[in-house]
Parts: sequence; structure tokens; C-alpha cells
Amino acid sequence: MNTTVMALTARALLGRRRVLLLLPMPLVLIGMTLIGSTASGVEASEWGPTVFGNLGLSVILPLTALIVGSSVLGLEIDDGTITHLLTKPLPRSEIILSKLCVAWLVTTVATGVPLAVSALIAGSGALAVGLVAGALLGSLAYCALFLALSVISKRPVAVGLVYIMLWENLLVGFVDGARVFSVQQHATSFANAIAQSDMLNDTVPVVTAMIVAAVFVGVGTVGATMKLRSFGLTGEAT
Amino acid sequence: MTAVELDSVSRWYGNVVAVNDVTLTVNPGLTGLLGPNGAGKTTVLHLMAGLLAPSQGTVTVGGEAAWRNPDMYKQLGLVTERESVPGFLTAREFVLASAKLHKLPDPRAATRAALGIVEMESAQDREISTYSKGMRQRTRVAAALVHDPTVLLLDEPFNGMDPRQRMHMMELLHRMADEGRTILFSSHILEEVEQLSGTVQVIVSGRLAASGDYRHIRRLMTNRPHVFTISSSDDRRLATVLIGQESVSGVSMADGALQVHASDYGTFTRALAKLAKKSGIRLTSVLPADESLEKVFSYLVAA
Repeated sequence: MNTTVMALTARALLGRRRVLLLLPMPLVLIGMTLIGSTASGVEASEWGPTVFGNLGLSVILPLTALIVGSSVLGLEIDDGTITHLLTKPLPRSEIILSKLCVAWLVTTVATGVPLAVSALIAGSGALAVGLVAGALLGSLAYCALFLALSVISKRPVAVGLVYIMLWENLLVGFVDGARVFSVQQHATSFANAIAQSDMLNDTVPVVTAMIVAAVFVGVGTVGATMKLRSFGLTGEAT
Repeated sequence: MTAVELDSVSRWYGNVVAVNDVTLTVNPGLTGLLGPNGAGKTTVLHLMAGLLAPSQGTVTVGGEAAWRNPDMYKQLGLVTERESVPGFLTAREFVLASAKLHKLPDPRAATRAALGIVEMESAQDREISTYSKGMRQRTRVAAALVHDPTVLLLDEPFNGMDPRQRMHMMELLHRMADEGRTILFSSHILEEVEQLSGTVQVIVSGRLAASGDYRHIRRLMTNRPHVFTISSSDDRRLATVLIGQESVSGVSMADGALQVHASDYGTFTRALAKLAKKSGIRLTSVLPADESLEKVFSYLVAA
């Protein structure tokens, strides 16, 4: 881990307008929780699964991780400032791990905090803790995948969206086994193992979820490091 | 003494050959990498800087492989042509970050020294996004210099600089070359290269067209007549004497001076003074008219 790389990454990420994209989603989440909890005669178990599961862990967490994970290194590759980092005597793994760490932290804060606030509004402290834990695990696995995508693919956001929309939200509904490779399911299982709440609908055993998520993190980190090691700049005609 | 060496290096993108079987050595001192637009200069620099894998051949910097060897950057600095600087940082922050990434023992002192070399101290605390092109360029040079590298590669360093900044940069490069560093800069502007350095590597269509001192390269081009502008006490009579020589292929009079096309450089230059003396003509000036880099370059590109 390299603190200079981390500091530069954090400044680049939080200093850009792109970070504003992260604001509306938590606001919608908290807003919907407020509506649900203040509406009279409606049980939390009726709207809870939709807000925390279908919106929080299924949409807000992956999209936030996609924006952040694909930006921490992807933006530098796009605008060419990556050469400053590449022409330093740094092990490539150090660059990837530092970037991943920042992405993980930012995604966890951007999703964990609003999820916890919503859970507390809904009146469940255990759910809040569970959701933060789920966000922690999910952010790490998602960010590792999307960071690797940003080094491997020229269109990391498009590929990431295909994974979130097609695999996690569509295929999982038809093919049972697909769940095992869905980070969203990992996050839900982990969250519910702690929260034990009927608001979350987990379908993968928590041990399986943790193992597969760890494999994702490992594969993503190693893949990104290896790709960065042989990262070639395209020679622009001058 | 750190040399950059390319040994039978080729690089292609799909079907396009960007660099074709180039073997060259860049020694300490100032060397110009010259070539028309699209000749492959940037590709050669990126290969040297380890940012591109050679499709064939080997690239070494100070004997170490350039590709997939981050440790090499301890002795190498690169200023790319693409103006890629994080605009949200100030020059000081940017150079300091470079110093820290190089894990220098005293990054702050190194930053101060590097910014001093490029004379950017007065604007060092302003954001880079507010800088002129020349200031950004100098900031990038400072960042490339902060770890005191023995090899410095610069891609089109004078692009977008005003004449004063250009002069400043030229002085800086000269000074660093005099300190024993290996400095290679690319350019497609001949005057820049001519002013800066006698040693050139000329790349034309991905191939190394010539390498060495351009005046020497010119002399080796024996298939092209050498042109001399001569003035003497009696130009007309000298013309008649010279046209009788085997080594002279043509003589013309223009603007009160004699232009001589010599087919054999060595024989002609040795014979000229003797012939003039024998004929009682006093030579006042003998100037090679096509030993400029521009002429040499045009011959190479046309070849």
C-alpha cells in the first residue's frame, strides 16, 4: 500500500464532478424509507425488502461501486495521467492495492452510511449493522472486479452494467446456480447473517458467499496487477 | 555512464509496422530524435521508457531491460508529448508527489531543487490548470527530474513554448547534458535540433535512416554531390580551373559567388587549395552549402 498513491487517488476521485453522481441514490433511499415509515397502517415488512434489498443492495451498492471502482484507475488511463504513475519504481501490485483500498473505502461510506441511516429510521439497529457489513463485503468484491475491468477493458462501465443488469438482476431469476457468482447475493447473505432480519432475502449460504467473494477479490486484484504490469501505451502518431 | 540501447527492435500494431528493425545506441550527451510526423518517434521513446513492449528485439537502459521493469525508473525520467497533468494539483504538490513515489530520502528538498531548475518557484503554489502550456511543460520536466535521473527522454519538449521558454529549455537541456546525463529529445522541427545537438537519430517510416553527427552523415552520402559556396580573388577563372577536375560535377555563378558541386568530397577538398595556389587565385571563403541539418534531412527523407 502506498499512501501517496492513495492520497492522489482520493483527491482525483472526490475532486471531480463525477462524485456528485453518488449523491442522488442515497437520498432516494433515505427518502423512500421516510415515506414508508411515516405512512400510516403499513408494516415495515411490506416495504422493507424492496427498499433495503431491491434498491439498496441490488442497485445502489453495485452502481456506486461501478462508478467508483471504474474511476480510481480508469480515469487516469483515459486522460493519460497514468504515465506519471507507471514511470515510477513502484511494484504494480502496490498501485492496484492502493487504488482498491480507496475505492473500497469510498464505496463503503457512500453506501453503508445511507443504508445504516435508513435501517435506523426503520427502527432496527441490528439491520443497520448488518447492512454496513454487507456494504463492506459487497464494496470490496465489486470494486476489485470493476477496477480490474477498467484496466482490462476499454469500456469498463458498459461491461460492469451488463454484469449488474443481466447477470445479477436477470439471469439469477432464471438460473439458480448464477446466484453463487452474484456479489449482490454475497452482500445480502453476509448482511443477513448479522442482521437476522426478515427485510433481507438471502439465498446463498453465508460461507459460500464469503468464499466466492474472496475469490472475486483475489482474481480481480491479481488480474488487474498482471494487466498493469504489461500495460502498453498506444503510440500516438506525432 | 548510462546508455539507452535498442537491438533489432520492431513494434507493430496489427498490420501496421510502427518501428521496423531499429538498432541504435543513445550515449550520454544531447541527442535529437528526428523524423517526419508519424515516423515512429513517439513509439521509439515509449519503447525506451518501458511503456511499450517491443514486438521483437530488446530495449535496455543502462544494461537493464526497459519492459516490465519498474526499478528502471530510478534512473530514467520521461516527459511525454501528451499534456497529461492532474490539473487539480499545484506544481509543488505534483512534483512532491513524484518525489514521494520515487521514495526519495528528502522529497521536499528534491522538490525545491527540481522546481528551482525549471524556475517555477514563483508559480509553484498555483493549480496546474491555471498554467500556460510552457509552464505545464516545465512542471512536467521538474517532475521527471526530481529523482535526479541519468537518462531523460523528452517527446517534443518545445511544442507550444514561446521563444523565451524555448531558449530557457534549450539551456536547461544543454546544462544537464554537460553534467553527463543521457538526454534524448524528439522533434520534427529541424532548427531546434540543429541548435541543440549535432548528434541525431533520424527515423523515417519506422526505420532508422541515419545515426550520428549530421555533418558526418552528410559526408557519407557520397551519391549526392556536395555543394560549396566559394568566393575568391577571381571567381570566373577559378570556375574554369575547377570544371576541369574529375571530382567536380558542376559549377555555377550566382549572386557574385561561385557554387561548386563536388562529386567526391575528399578529393575535391584536398585539391581545391592546391589548384587555387597554382593558378594564383586567392580563396577568401569556402563554405559547405548543404551541410545544414535541413539539407541532410531532406536527402534522408527523399532517399
